[in-house]
Amino acid sequence: MLRRVPPLERDLVRLLGAPRVLSQPDALLAWECDGFTVHRSRPRAVVLPETTAEVQAVVRLLHAARVPFVPRGAGTCLSGGPTAGGETVVLDLARMRRVLQISTADLFAVVQPGVVNLDLTAAVRHLGLHYAPDPSSQSVCTIGGNLAENSGGPHCFKYGMTTDHVLGALVVLPDGELARLGGPAGTRPPHGLDLPGLFCGSEGTFGIATEITVRLCRDPQSVRTLLFPFAAMRDACRTVSDIVGAGVVPAALEILDQATIRAVEASVYRAGYPLEAKAVLLVELDGPTEVTAEEAAEVRAFAQQNGALRIEEATDAAERARLWKGRKGAFGAMGRLATDLYVLDGVVPRTRLEEALERITAIGARHGVVLNNVFHAGDGNLHPNISFDGRDPDATARTIAAGHEILRVCVELGGSITGEHGVGSEKLDHIGMMFTATDLAVMARVRAVFDRDGLCNPGKALPQRAACAEVAKWPQMVARVLGEPEAGR
Amino acid sequence: MACSSEPRLDPAAHARSLDCVHCGLCLPTCPTWQVTQLETESPRGRILLMRALAEGRVADPAAIRPFLDHCLDCRACETTCPSGVHYGELLEATRAEYERCAPQRGVKAWLVRTLLWHVVARQPRLRAAIALLRHAERSGLLRLAARLGLAPRSVPRIPPRRDRRPLPTGLHLPPPGVRRRSVRVALFTGCVMEPLFGHVHRAMLQVLLANGFEVTVPATQRCCGALLVHSGRPDRARQLAQQNVAAFADCDVVVDDAAGCGCTLGEYDRLLGDDAGAQFARKRRDVMAFLHAEGLSATPAECRARAAYDDPCHLCHGQGVRLQPRALLAQVPGLELVAHARPEECCGSAGIYHLLHGELATAIGRRKAETLVAADVDLVLTGNPGCMIQIDNHLRALGHPRPVRHPVELLVPAP
Repeated sequence: MLRRVPPLERDLVRLLGAPRVLSQPDALLAWECDGFTVHRSRPRAVVLPETTAEVQAVVRLLHAARVPFVPRGAGTCLSGGPTAGGETVVLDLARMRRVLQISTADLFAVVQPGVVNLDLTAAVRHLGLHYAPDPSSQSVCTIGGNLAENSGGPHCFKYGMTTDHVLGALVVLPDGELARLGGPAGTRPPHGLDLPGLFCGSEGTFGIATEITVRLCRDPQSVRTLLFPFAAMRDACRTVSDIVGAGVVPAALEILDQATIRAVEASVYRAGYPLEAKAVLLVELDGPTEVTAEEAAEVRAFAQQNGALRIEEATDAAERARLWKGRKGAFGAMGRLATDLYVLDGVVPRTRLEEALERITAIGARHGVVLNNVFHAGDGNLHPNISFDGRDPDATARTIAAGHEILRVCVELGGSITGEHGVGSEKLDHIGMMFTATDLAVMARVRAVFDRDGLCNPGKALPQRAACAEVAKWPQMVARVLGEPEAGR
Repeated sequence: MACSSEPRLDPAAHARSLDCVHCGLCLPTCPTWQVTQLETESPRGRILLMRALAEGRVADPAAIRPFLDHCLDCRACETTCPSGVHYGELLEATRAEYERCAPQRGVKAWLVRTLLWHVVARQPRLRAAIALLRHAERSGLLRLAARLGLAPRSVPRIPPRRDRRPLPTGLHLPPPGVRRRSVRVALFTGCVMEPLFGHVHRAMLQVLLANGFEVTVPATQRCCGALLVHSGRPDRARQLAQQNVAAFADCDVVVDDAAGCGCTLGEYDRLLGDDAGAQFARKRRDVMAFLHAEGLSATPAECRARAAYDDPCHLCHGQGVRLQPRALLAQVPGLELVAHARPEECCGSAGIYHLLHGELATAIGRRKAETLVAADVDLVLTGNPGCMIQIDNHLRALGHPRPVRHPVELLVPAP
C-alpha cells in the first residue's frame, strides 16, 4: 500500500536509510509503552541511529523542524519515561551497543548508550571487574537508560546508584550541539560544576548521551549470599535494622513478601523460596574473606534473634545465582496474577519500613487491590506492586488512587516518591507532594539551560506547567543576565 | 470463529497476549532481536502487535505481518518469561488467522504451500523430489541455479540412494544375547529425516535394540505436521495428526529423534483438542530423554573427540529436555563435552525459515557457528535435522567445517 511520506520522514530516510526509519503507524504500536503500561501512545516515527554523528544529524533536523523527540534504550523503564505520543519521534538507541574502551588501570569503560548493563559486566568479567549498579532488568536494560533514570538495584545499597558510577558523557544537546560533560577519563574534573551529576537522572530531557564513561569496580575477594525466611514481615524488617544498626554494610539487603514468593515460585524463576514464609530476606556480603566470614556470623545471629525460620547460604556461584534468580524475575512473575502490573517506587527511612508496610497494606485493602511488596530493604526503597486488569476502568482507577496514597505515606514518613524509577509521566501528579512551586521552578530553569525549546522528552519528569512557563521565560532571563540581545537559533 | 475480511484473533489468543507485562526480559534471548535490535523483531514487540491486532487497533494488518513472519518460533522467550506467556500458541494462532483471512499471495507463497502439503507431507513424492535434487546436485545444476538466485544456497547435501532407503516397517527384535526389556517402542520416522538422515534413524534403531527394547515402525504413519502448524495451517496439520494417532494407537511409547517433530507430536493435545490427541502426547518421548530415563545397558563405542552439544530449540525450549542428552553423552568413552556460548540460542534453521528469510537466517546462523568455532571443537552434536544442516552450512561458510552429528549416533555400541 502506498502512503504519502511527509517531508520530515523523507529527510530522516535520507539521513539513515529506509530500514532505519519506521513510520508505518501500525508497526509503531510496538513502541507504544514501556514497563508502565498504563500510559500508551504511539510515536510519530522511530529512528535507529548508530553513531554520534547520526544522532546529531537527526536531532538537528528535528530541532530545525521543531519536532519533539525522545531517546529510548530497552524500554524497560517503569515510569513511562520513553513513552512518546503525538508528533514525537523516538530515537531508539538499541543499535549503539559497542563498548568503546576499557581501562583496567584507571578502572573505567567508555560505552555507547545501547550497551546492555549485564553485557558490560560480561565484557570485563575476565579482568576481574564488574559494573556495580544492577537493576533487576540488567539483562536487558541499557547504560544509556540507566544514566537517564539514575537507576538503582540491589547492590546500590553498598555501591551507590548510577550517578556514583558515571564519570562523564558525550551528549548531543537538544539543539544538536555536542557537549562533553565530566572527565574524559577516570577522574572527575578538578573543579567546576558536576555536570554529569546534573545530567544523570534527567530522564532524557537534557539531551542524548552517545558515549558514557562509567566506573568499573574490582570483584570482591569473597561473596556470601544468605537467605532467611521469616514467619512475619516485621521480623524481616527488624533484622535489616539490626544489621545496619550494628555497622555491617551488606552489598545487598532484599525482602520479598509472601505473595511475591508465591508468584516467583510458580514461574520459571523459581528459586526454592519457602512458600510458607511471610517474608524472605536475601543478604549478600562481599569483601575480604575474613571480614565477610565475621559479618556472616553477625547477620546469622541477628536473623536468629528475630526468629528466622531457617538459614540458607549459597555455597557456590550456581547456588548464589539460584537465590538471586527469584529476586531478579520477581516483577515479571507478578504478571501471572493479573493482566497488568503497576510497580511503585516509594522510599522511606529504613527505620520506618515496618510502619510504612503496615500502612501500605491497609491502603491496598481499602481500595480492594491485589498488592505485593518486594523491596531494597537496605535503602528503604519499596516496590509495592499492584496487579490489576487494565481493561477495567474502575480497577485501573482504584489502582492509581491506591498508588497515589501510598506515595503520600512515603513522603509523610520522610521519604520520597521515587527511589530509582524516575518521575516520567507516571508521577507528574505526585511530584507536588515533595517539592514546592519554587523547587519545581528551579528545576525547570535548569532544564531550560539544556533544552530551551522544550523539544527533548517534553511532558516528562516535570509538570508541564512549571516547565512551559520557565522555558518561555528563559531566553529573556539569559539575555537580561548576560546583557546580550536574545539570540535566535 | 467466522472469518472476517481482516484477521482478528479469537478471545483465547487475545487473553494469551495479556499475560505479558512488558518487562522485556525476553529481548536478549530472541535471535531476531539480537541481529536487528528492533522492537518489532522482539517477542515483547510482537506480543504488543498481536494484542493490538486482536483488539482491532491495527489499521493495516498486512503492514505488521512481516514482523510476525520473521519470528523463528524458537520459543526461547518462553524459557525466559517470568510471566509465563505461551508465546508459541499465540504466534501460531495469529499466523493461522492470517492464512485463513489473508493468505499470502505470490509465487513463493504458492510454492511453499504446495511443497508443504503436496510433497513434504507425502513420503513417495518427497522421495522422488529428493532423488531429483540428488541428480541436480551431482550434475552441478543446483549450484548453477543457486548462483543465478533460482535456488537457495542452503540446500543440504543429498546422500546416495542406499543411505536414503526407509527404515523397514514392522517389528524389530533385539539381537540374540541381549537382555530384553519389557518396553516395546514405536518409532516415529517423519518426513525429511528418512531420506536425508536415514543413518540417524538406523543408529536410533540400533541403539534401542542393543539396549534390549523391541521396536516397531508403524507403516501408516505420516509427517507430524510441524511445518504446517508453524506456517498457519493447523487444519491440514490436524489431518496428519489424526492419521498418526491412528497409526500409533496400539503402541505404549512413541519415540522420535527430530526435536521439531517431537515438539509438535507432544502438542497433539492442543492441536487436536481431544482425548486421543492428549493420550498420544502423553506417550511420546524424545529418544535421548527416553534412553536417559530407562538407562543405557549397552556401552557406547569409544569416540575420541572434543565435542559441543547444541540444544535444538524445540527440544530445550519446546520440551524442556536439556540435561538428558548431555548425561548420555557423558557416558561415551573418550568423548570430551565442552561448553560453548549460548547453546540454547536458535541456529536460524527453524524448519523452512532459512529458505524464506535467508538474510535473517544467515545472520543468526553465523552467530551460532561463531560460538562453536570459538569453543574450538572437532565435533558438533545436535538433535534436529534442520539444525544439523544449518550448523554444517555455516561452519563451512566460516571456513571451519566440522562433522555435525545427532547425539544418538554416538550411543551405538562397538560391534
